[in-house]
Amino acid sequence: MSTVSAAAAVVPVPEATASVGGEGRPTPWWGMVCLIMTEATIFAGLIGSYFFYRAAAKQWPPPGIEEPKLTLSIIMSFVLWGSSIPMLVAERGIKRGNQRALRFGLMLAWIMGAAFLGYSMKDFSELHFRWGQNAYSSIFYTTVGLHAFHVFVGLVMSGVVQIKAWLGKFSEERHVTVQVYAMYWHFVDAVWVFVLPTFILSPHIK
Amino acid sequence: MALTDVPSQQTHGKIDPEELEEIWADAPGVPGFFSTVDHKRIGMRYIYTAFFFFFTSGLMALVMRDQLAAPNNHVVGPEVYNQLMTMHGTTMIFLFNTPVLAGFGNYILPLQLGTRDMAFPRLNAFSYWIFVLSGLFFYASFLTGKAPDGGWFGYTPLTDKAFAPGINLDFWGLAIVFVGISTTVGAVNFIVTAFKMRAPGMTINRVPIFVWSILSMAFMVLFAVPAVTLAAGLLELDRLFGTAFFLPHLGGNVLLYQHLFWFWGHPEVYILFVPATGMISMIIPVMSRRPLAGYLWVATALIAIAFISFGVWVHHMFATGMPVQAMSFFSAVSLIIVLPSGVQFFSWIATMWKGRVRFTTPMMFAIGFLLIFLLGGITGATLATMPFDWQVTDSYYVVAHFHYVLNGAVVFPIFGAIYFWYPKMSGRKLNEKWGHISFWLMFVGFTVAFFGMHILGFLGMPRRISTYPSGLGWDDLNLISTVGAFIFAVGTGVTLVNWFYARWWGEPAGPNPWDGDSLEWATTSPPPEFNFASIPVVASRHPLWDQRPLPTANPNGDDATKSLGPEGAEHHQTPETTGLDARPEATLDLPHPTYLPFLLACGIGVFFVGLLIQAVLVGIIGVAAFVVALTWWAWRTEVDLA
Repeated sequence: MSTVSAAAAVVPVPEATASVGGEGRPTPWWGMVCLIMTEATIFAGLIGSYFFYRAAAKQWPPPGIEEPKLTLSIIMSFVLWGSSIPMLVAERGIKRGNQRALRFGLMLAWIMGAAFLGYSMKDFSELHFRWGQNAYSSIFYTTVGLHAFHVFVGLVMSGVVQIKAWLGKFSEERHVTVQVYAMYWHFVDAVWVFVLPTFILSPHIK
Repeated sequence: MALTDVPSQQTHGKIDPEELEEIWADAPGVPGFFSTVDHKRIGMRYIYTAFFFFFTSGLMALVMRDQLAAPNNHVVGPEVYNQLMTMHGTTMIFLFNTPVLAGFGNYILPLQLGTRDMAFPRLNAFSYWIFVLSGLFFYASFLTGKAPDGGWFGYTPLTDKAFAPGINLDFWGLAIVFVGISTTVGAVNFIVTAFKMRAPGMTINRVPIFVWSILSMAFMVLFAVPAVTLAAGLLELDRLFGTAFFLPHLGGNVLLYQHLFWFWGHPEVYILFVPATGMISMIIPVMSRRPLAGYLWVATALIAIAFISFGVWVHHMFATGMPVQAMSFFSAVSLIIVLPSGVQFFSWIATMWKGRVRFTTPMMFAIGFLLIFLLGGITGATLATMPFDWQVTDSYYVVAHFHYVLNGAVVFPIFGAIYFWYPKMSGRKLNEKWGHISFWLMFVGFTVAFFGMHILGFLGMPRRISTYPSGLGWDDLNLISTVGAFIFAVGTGVTLVNWFYARWWGEPAGPNPWDGDSLEWATTSPPPEFNFASIPVVASRHPLWDQRPLPTANPNGDDATKSLGPEGAEHHQTPETTGLDARPEATLDLPHPTYLPFLLACGIGVFFVGLLIQAVLVGIIGVAAFVVALTWWAWRTEVDLA
C-alpha cells in the first residue's frame, strides 16, 4: 500500500539492504533482558530499603530476633548457583542439537533449584519471628520470600520447557524458549548473589 | 537484493492487496474485538480509553473548582472533595497521560519504523487489557462510595490502616501495582521494537525523534515503575497482611515511602513529558517545512533527561528534614536537568526561525505548549532551589507549577498530536477552524485557571484543602481560576465534538496531509492491517522528503530478507534488523489473533479483586487462570525460531 508515485530513479542504498543474517539475538531474548532490568530494580529497591531501615535502627537485628543461620544457608546457596552450570550445559547442548544435554541439563538444574527452595521453606518455617513483628521481619520475609517465589516460578517454567524438550520440540535451529528461560534462571541465581550477603550475612557484621 | 522504485502491488501483480487484507484481518465483531493483536487497533483503543478517563477526571476537576469558587462553599463536603482530588490526580497520571502516550506510541511507532507490527503483538494486547481492567478496578471504588481519599501520592502514615481504615486506599494501592504491569510490559515492547524492527537503512541516527522520545520514556519506565510498585505494594502489605514497613512504632519508616514514591514520581514527570516533547519535535519541523534543527542535540538531550531524571526526586522532599549536603546534591541535579530541556526548547525555536511556519492547529498547540512550558520550566527551577521551595511547598504555587508542566506541557502536545495524527488513523482531517477555536479556548482557559494559582501560593493558600474562610485575599483569584477551568473544559469539549464529527464526516486526508517526512505518511490513511505491503528502504533522516519516490526492498532469497517484499506480508511476517545499522538479520512470524492476552489479564484482574476483598478463593481462581493462560501461551507460542 505504498503511495509513492511511480517512475523515478532507483535510490542506491546498498549498505542498507545487505543482510547480515542471524548474527544477532532474537527479539524474545531482548524482551527478557528488559524484564530482568526492571525485576532487578525491584530487588535493588528492597535491598536499599533494608539498609535504610538498618541505618535508622539502634540494634540490628532488632531485639528478640535471632541472627540468620549461616552454615546450611551458604551450602544451599552454592547448590543454587551451581544449578546454572547444568543450565549452561542444556543451553549450549541444544545449540549443537544435543537433545540429551538439553533434557538432563534442565532436569539437574530443576532438582538443584528445588533443593534450594525446599531448604528455604524449611528455614522459613523454623524462624521464631512473624512477618509483621517489625520492619526487620517484614523486609526479611518479603525480600527472601520474593526471591524464593522467583525460584518457584522458574521451576514451574522449567516444567513447561522440559515437557517441550522431551517431546522433541527444540532443535539446533529452534531453541529460543530454552535460551530465554535459561537467562531467567541465571538472573534468579544472580539476584541471590546480592540477597544472601545482605539478608543472611550482613546481620553478623557488627 | 533488488531495489524497486514502484509501489509493490504493481511489481507483484500476483499478490492481490485484497488477499493480503484477508490474511491480516481480525475476525468481525466481538471475537475480533477480544482477540486482536494489531498495534493500530490497540493503539486507538488506548487513546479512546485514556480519553474517557481524561474527561471523567476533568469533570471531577470542575466539581472541585466549583467547590473552591467561593469561600465556605458547600458544593461537596471534605470527604467527597478528598476522593475527587485523589481520583483526579491518580487518573490523570496513571490512566490518562501515561496510557494515552503509550497509545500514540503503539499506533505511530511501527509505522514510523516501517514495520508491520510491534515486536510482541500479543504482549501489546495484554498490556492494553491490563490497563483497561486496572482502570475499571480503580473506578469500581465509586460504586462502593468509598473512592480513594489519601491524595494521589498516598503518603504514610495518613494512609496506614490505623488512620485510613476503609477500603478506599486499598483500591488505590492495588490499582497502582496493577496498572504498573501494563506500563512495564509496554515499555519492554517499545524498546525491543525500536531497536529490532526498523526498516532496512534506518540506522540509529536516522530514527525519528518521536521514536527516540518513546525509547527514553521506556527506559525510564523500566527503572522507575518498580519503585512505585514497591511503595504501593509494601503499603498494601501493611494494610492487608499486617506487615510493618511504614509503621514507626515497629521500626518502620514513613520517609522510606516518600523515597520510593518519588524515586518513581520524578522520573514519571519525564516519562510523561519526554514523549510529549517527541510529538512536538515531529509537529514543529513538518509545520515549519524544514528538518528539526540540531537532531543530534535533541536525541542526546532525550537520553540525558532519562539519566538525570533519576537524580532529582528529593526536591519533592526538601521540607521533610534531611542532611543539607544530600539536599544540595538533589537541588543541583534538579537545576542541571533544565539544560537538556533547554536544548530542546532552543532547537524548536531555531526550527521555526529558519523555517516557513504554517499555523495549523497542531502547530498552534505546539506554540501554546512552548509558552506554557517556558513558565512551567521556570517555576520548576524555582522549586529546585531549597530556600524558595521551603517558602512555597504545599501551597498553590506547586499546584500551579505541576499543572503548567503536566497539563500545559503534556496535554497540549497530546491535543496537537490528535490533530496531527488522527488524519492518519482515520483517513479524515479534523476541522481546522474549530481546531483553532478549541486551541484558543484551551489556551486562554488554561492561563486564567492556573496563572493566578502562583499568586494564591504566595498568598499562603495551601494545597489539598476543600474550602477556606473569606477575608484572606484568596476569594477573587479562586473565582477567576474556576472561570478559567470552565473555559478550558469548553475548549476540550470543542475538540471532542470536532473529533467525533471528523470520524464520519471529516474532509478526506489522503496519505500525507501535512507533507510529513517520516514513514507513517508513506502508507494509506488509515493504514492497511499489514502497514506496508513492501518494507521501505531508508537512506535519510527524512525519507519522504529526500527519497522521492520511496524505494522498497525485495527479498533476494536468504532467510533474513525474505519478508521484505509482499511475500512477507502474505506469510504474516516482518523483518528483524540489527540494532544500530538496521540491516536485515532475521524474519519474524507475527502472531495471529488470540484470546490469550485477554485471559491472562482477566486472571490477574481476578487475583487483584481477591486481594481487595480478602477472599482467598477468588485470589486462587485468579492465579489459576493466570497460570493456565501463561502456560498455554508458552505452549503454543510461535516464536520458537532461532
